[in-house]
Amino acid sequence: MAGHPDAFDRFVELYNAKVFRYSFTMCGQREDAEEVAQETLMKVFESLGQLRAPERLKPWVFRIAKNACLMKRRRSLFAPKRELSLDALKPSKSGDGEGARLEIADWSALPDDIASNGELKRALNRAVEQLPDIYKAVFLLRDVEELSTEDAAGVLGVSEDVVKTRLHRARLALRKSLDEHLRTAVEQVRER
Amino acid sequence: MNPRDCNTIFSMLSEYLDQTLPPAACEELESHIRDCAPCVEFVESLKKSVRLCREYKADIEAPALSPAVKRSLKEAYERMLSSREETAGRE
Repeated sequence: MAGHPDAFDRFVELYNAKVFRYSFTMCGQREDAEEVAQETLMKVFESLGQLRAPERLKPWVFRIAKNACLMKRRRSLFAPKRELSLDALKPSKSGDGEGARLEIADWSALPDDIASNGELKRALNRAVEQLPDIYKAVFLLRDVEELSTEDAAGVLGVSEDVVKTRLHRARLALRKSLDEHLRTAVEQVRER
Repeated sequence: MNPRDCNTIFSMLSEYLDQTLPPAACEELESHIRDCAPCVEFVESLKKSVRLCREYKADIEAPALSPAVKRSLKEAYERMLSSREETAGRE
């Protein structure tokens, strides 16, 4: 981080935005997310000297952010963890043998990016909001922040196998929500 | 199509998409989906879903840091730099 004249400004701008968005998605409160981002940046500068592996900077920052988020949500820490069952995420099937068909939407008509479809973007945001926290955290770290399985496991203090299982269920749950959105959208078009 | 195979495949799909499945499991999965239209359809929908979900961004922008907060952070950053220089000097 040090060495470049604008290193401080670039780092603060980048990680303030990243940590704020992560915390907002996890805590759901703008004020909490703002405080988490500021506390995280301060802790980073206060203890950066302890970081022995500079390539681990990003997971290290997110570990600090995750702990700060937990403190903000301390009242809900003892709430039971909601698990997603794999069976509930399987699509329904109609017919048997060669004629078996899945009851899912036609995904081929979808655009390849989310930005060009406002309705889909809103559906995705609602789906992420509805994910139980343990799955949401893994999804944000692995698919949005692109941390490795090993780094995400280190941030969350769980095993790599737990990260893989939770990521798979998070993705299946998001796929299912988007599928429901697509099917409703198609039905609405047909009814017009 | 063997329904038990479809269930096994279902639990392996994220690792397959991330290309982290062991080669033997990957081969087994690919050999199953070659002849299983419902699995192909599902894999395609999951692949597209993962691609779209990677673009997720909370619908809110981070507020700019106040000058006072930025000043405190800059001071902490400079303290960190000078303590690092001191340590390097001792070594």
